[in-house]
Amino acid sequence: MAGPKGISARVRAKGAAHVENPGKVFLRLMKYILQNYLIHYIVVAVLIFISVLANVQGTLFMRNLIDEYITPMLLAQSPDFTPLSGAVARVAGLYGVGVVSTFAYNRILINVTQGTLRRFRDDLFTHMQRLPISYFDTHAHGDLMSVYTNDADTLRQMISQSMPQVFNSMITIVSVLISMLILNVPLTLITLVMVSVMLFVSKKLVGTSGTFFARQQKDLGAVNGFIEEMMNGQKVVKVFCHEKENIENFRRINNQLFDSANKAHAFANMLGPVSMQMGNISYVVCAIAGSVLALNGVGGFTLGGLASFLAFNRSFNMPINQVSQQFNAIVMAMAGAQRMFALMDEEPEIDQGYVVLVNVREENGRLIETQERTGRWAWKHTHQADGSVDYVEVKGDVVFDGVDFGYDDRKIVLHDVKLYATPGQKIAFVGSTGAGKTTITNLINRFYDIQDGKIRYDGINVNKIKKDDLRRSLGMVLQDTHLFTGTVADNIRYGKLDASDEEVIAAARLANADGFIRRLPEGYDTLLTGDGANLSQGQRQLLAIARAAIADPPVLILDEATSSIDTRTERIVQDGMDKLMQGRTTFVIAHRLSTVKNADCIMVLEQGRIIERGTHQELIDQKGRYYQLYTGNLQAD
Amino acid sequence: MLKSLASQIKEFKKDSILTPFCMILEVIFEMVIPLLMASMIDDGVEAGNLSHIYKVGVWMVAAAACGLLSGTLGGWTAARASAGFARNLREAMFENIQSFSFSNIDKFSTAGLVTRLTTDVTNIQNAYQMILRMCFRAPFSMICAMAMAFVINGRLAAIYLAAVVILGILLFLIMTSAMKYFQQAFPKYDDMNASVQENVSAIRVVKAYVREDHETSKFKQASQNIYDIFIKAECNLVFNAPLMQITVYTCILLISWQGAKMIVGGSLTTGELMSLLTYCMNILMSLMMLSMVFVMISMSMASARRIAEVLDETSDLANPAQPVYQAEDGSIEFQNVDFAYHQESGEPVLQQVNLNIRSGETIGVIGGTGSAKTSLVNLISRLYDVTAGNVLVGGRDVREYDMEALRNQVAVVLQKNVLFSGTILENLRWGNPSATEEECRHACHLACADEFIEKMPDGYHTYIEQGGANVSGGQKQRLCIARALLKKPKILILDDSTSAVDTATDGKIRQAFAREIPGTTKIIIAQRISSVESADRIVVMEDGRVHGFGTHEQLLKDDEIYREVYESQTSGGGDFDEKAGED
Repeated sequence: MAGPKGISARVRAKGAAHVENPGKVFLRLMKYILQNYLIHYIVVAVLIFISVLANVQGTLFMRNLIDEYITPMLLAQSPDFTPLSGAVARVAGLYGVGVVSTFAYNRILINVTQGTLRRFRDDLFTHMQRLPISYFDTHAHGDLMSVYTNDADTLRQMISQSMPQVFNSMITIVSVLISMLILNVPLTLITLVMVSVMLFVSKKLVGTSGTFFARQQKDLGAVNGFIEEMMNGQKVVKVFCHEKENIENFRRINNQLFDSANKAHAFANMLGPVSMQMGNISYVVCAIAGSVLALNGVGGFTLGGLASFLAFNRSFNMPINQVSQQFNAIVMAMAGAQRMFALMDEEPEIDQGYVVLVNVREENGRLIETQERTGRWAWKHTHQADGSVDYVEVKGDVVFDGVDFGYDDRKIVLHDVKLYATPGQKIAFVGSTGAGKTTITNLINRFYDIQDGKIRYDGINVNKIKKDDLRRSLGMVLQDTHLFTGTVADNIRYGKLDASDEEVIAAARLANADGFIRRLPEGYDTLLTGDGANLSQGQRQLLAIARAAIADPPVLILDEATSSIDTRTERIVQDGMDKLMQGRTTFVIAHRLSTVKNADCIMVLEQGRIIERGTHQELIDQKGRYYQLYTGNLQAD
Repeated sequence: MLKSLASQIKEFKKDSILTPFCMILEVIFEMVIPLLMASMIDDGVEAGNLSHIYKVGVWMVAAAACGLLSGTLGGWTAARASAGFARNLREAMFENIQSFSFSNIDKFSTAGLVTRLTTDVTNIQNAYQMILRMCFRAPFSMICAMAMAFVINGRLAAIYLAAVVILGILLFLIMTSAMKYFQQAFPKYDDMNASVQENVSAIRVVKAYVREDHETSKFKQASQNIYDIFIKAECNLVFNAPLMQITVYTCILLISWQGAKMIVGGSLTTGELMSLLTYCMNILMSLMMLSMVFVMISMSMASARRIAEVLDETSDLANPAQPVYQAEDGSIEFQNVDFAYHQESGEPVLQQVNLNIRSGETIGVIGGTGSAKTSLVNLISRLYDVTAGNVLVGGRDVREYDMEALRNQVAVVLQKNVLFSGTILENLRWGNPSATEEECRHACHLACADEFIEKMPDGYHTYIEQGGANVSGGQKQRLCIARALLKKPKILILDDSTSAVDTATDGKIRQAFAREIPGTTKIIIAQRISSVESADRIVVMEDGRVHGFGTHEQLLKDDEIYREVYESQTSGGGDFDEKAGED
């Protein structure tokens, strides 16, 4: 990757080490989920309600079984089983409804869970595509990957289990609370005090474990990043016998992950026992206070009433325990969600362009916009002041006027760059590495935005052109070829998605790639994987040229590979490039002598400034820096 | 498979044993407390006996404290054991990967290894914690409750037994069918990971072609696949909860009905019936817990298998029993060498290679793409083993050396080279961790890297981004050469390592080699004739065979391939910054 030089920001694991404002993250997460699944959730809520009701019915039946059904039968002369069988049948029916709704809500939740995860991933990816190049240049790729897997996974349990469980428990808690209030207010207050003590302790525990869960996800991202980098460079690791140091470094971050994971889970695991035993203590306190009340006859409270109250106290503590068991998953999900939201909150590429690229045909000397592909393109410039529309034919006229640029404002790497290219011209950039050649090409297509000056394209300030349309009009062949998983034809078609097979073959022919493609085992349908690992360097370059050829852009940006291909292949690649450049305005970062000599204008760059410009012959006659480079009397850098 | 995983528990065995023990203690207190509660109600509240309530209250608080203690302790040990197990697994995998040979590395994809070391290990960690906490606790509490039920009434308890057996079988069936899908799910994870990785590394191409939407739709396919497979898997699991409810409810109704009959018939008391119904919940909750453990286990089985694959992969290059640590000198000899990347497929890459290189010689290697130049030099530092014949370094077969010692004496600058995130100095010290800054500067001077480094604002402390993203191709190559020089090797192999460096600098580097490290055997693979013509001798490779071996002049005279390449490069093609022959 031809990266920007001089970015001082280091690659680091994203995300704060603790969940900031978990409540806010939770609300945002809920909003995100409900946006699409509000109706699902309402249905689920109703079904859970039904399921809880059926369960309560059963509990009531058991409570009344002896008093209402069995005792009368024991007293009767000839026991009549009909009331009991009727009741059993009725309860069985209710249970049936309960079972069905349990099944139904669990089934719906699967779709909600997986659907939310899918949407989260899709949204993350869609958003990631809109982030500026600088984001990718400064973030560890493995850490980014971790968001899609490790962080997204934290949501699964929360959505599918924790949330229904919490809702289920809430219903029980509310109904029990009402019953308790009816029985005895002071004892209910005592229960509530105990519960709030418990909640307070739980909150502390959740907060502490939450901090560690956030650290765990961050450490996991760091581990992911480290592994990704090292696995990519594993062969270098081998030839340098760097295995031990590598293990040493891995051990360090792995231990950090162990430490945060251990603490997070240790605190989270305490929640269960703490809330359960606090519930038991609440029971004891209520029993003692209740007996004192009952024995003194305060407010007509009886021992019988106390017995029922204590039963309620038990069934009050149970759902609270269950909720606190789920905190664990929820806290972890918050840590994951925070990292996902952090990626989503990254500022996308700003595009205030409004000039768009359209197909045109000419009628009576005027350009008329059309839908069909005419092979002629124009910039459609809608003037903001009066709404009038202008069409400017796309010719490939590029002008840099006093352009300054730096990756950050404090460090300018390009100074006062002036250049112009008229349609069809070939502009070559030469100069030592680090002089700013790649940087200039990154500005034309607005991978980076300039600090000062102006870049005009067919007379239009590039800032006014919609970025997508701007880039569509520029073809790019980078020094490092990146291919995608898919067939050879798919990779060529990347330049024009709706290209026919004939167009693909024609582009391959132009790029001189047709020959080797036909010799591949499956020809154009040969599957490429792992960045085209099964092709040679030269073959990969030919594919990249074909890819640019099929897009057929008016302007080309070429970063000539200084590559490791043999002379025969080199000649083929060179020929393909030359054919591609014909009739197009071309900016080329040149390494090949023939390219430089054939250029209409050569720009010699040094330390971010254009120090010489002219044709080959003019520059040779000047006997300046170019002459030195050319005659090899001066080494680059 | 599980054995190789379990052997990584290591120092966390104590915690792993302690956890179930604590859990069982917790169960005991859990069983005691309801008894105390019953006593409090029956003998205290209903009898109006306040002192009994106090007494039992004290007991309950004590029991609660013990329960809290054992529960918390169990939670801690479980966290330690599972997090520790996960740490050991990651470390063991990473260590094993470090021992992989090149052909082992070729077998796994980067994205696949990343998922195995993170997502898969996290699954195992969660499952292990669940197993430790529940695997003993749940059966223990189930057995306790079952025993109590049988003590009360054998006939009714038999209903539970039947329910447990039936439910157990059904759960098992559900799990096995769900597991099938979970196993398919993980390769889909790899696919998604690979898709993100590919996109992120090729983001410039994506943006240049305005293919963001296209990429997004490709990604959506990957995420859709995950969605589909998980829906399938979980649709099996979704029967768990209703099935459990059906069993619980059936038990309750059956026991009520049968119990009522027995009470009427006089063979059961109402109190006993109530106790039986309480145990019903106890037994089935435990079974529920077990089934959840089962879910976790079945989900993690697929992960376990993928981890075991990495752990059990053994390097196909082994150190000899009595390794030699020192190479005599830098001489190299190829004797009838055949080589194929896959032993089975047998498609030979190198055939009948015979070369004899003297110590200190500079050897150029030239040849078309696919002529096996890289494969040839990879055999010298034993990155791969020959299929037939011998490769000798310092007069000994490379298979007799300790591999690390061999590679320290044979430095290779790979064609596809990588810098790592860290400062320049840190990267250089890969060659020699104890190199002083002075030595690093010297190495950079030889590799002509010192000038650009010194121009950088932070000099040798400049931070290199992942993969060397913030240095140019030529700078990267020179740093890689300097890194290799720091090893002070007996043999130095440059595999097309100056392709992005201009000719003048290229020449300067070669001069520095000749001047400063004359005793080192230097092997230079290149495409430019100018990079090899000054070598002592040049190997011309063609289709895996040595086509010619001799000095520049000899080859010009005798070797038609060499002559052809030479002529094409000197007739005005070539690189701009190469000293051109004409004009």
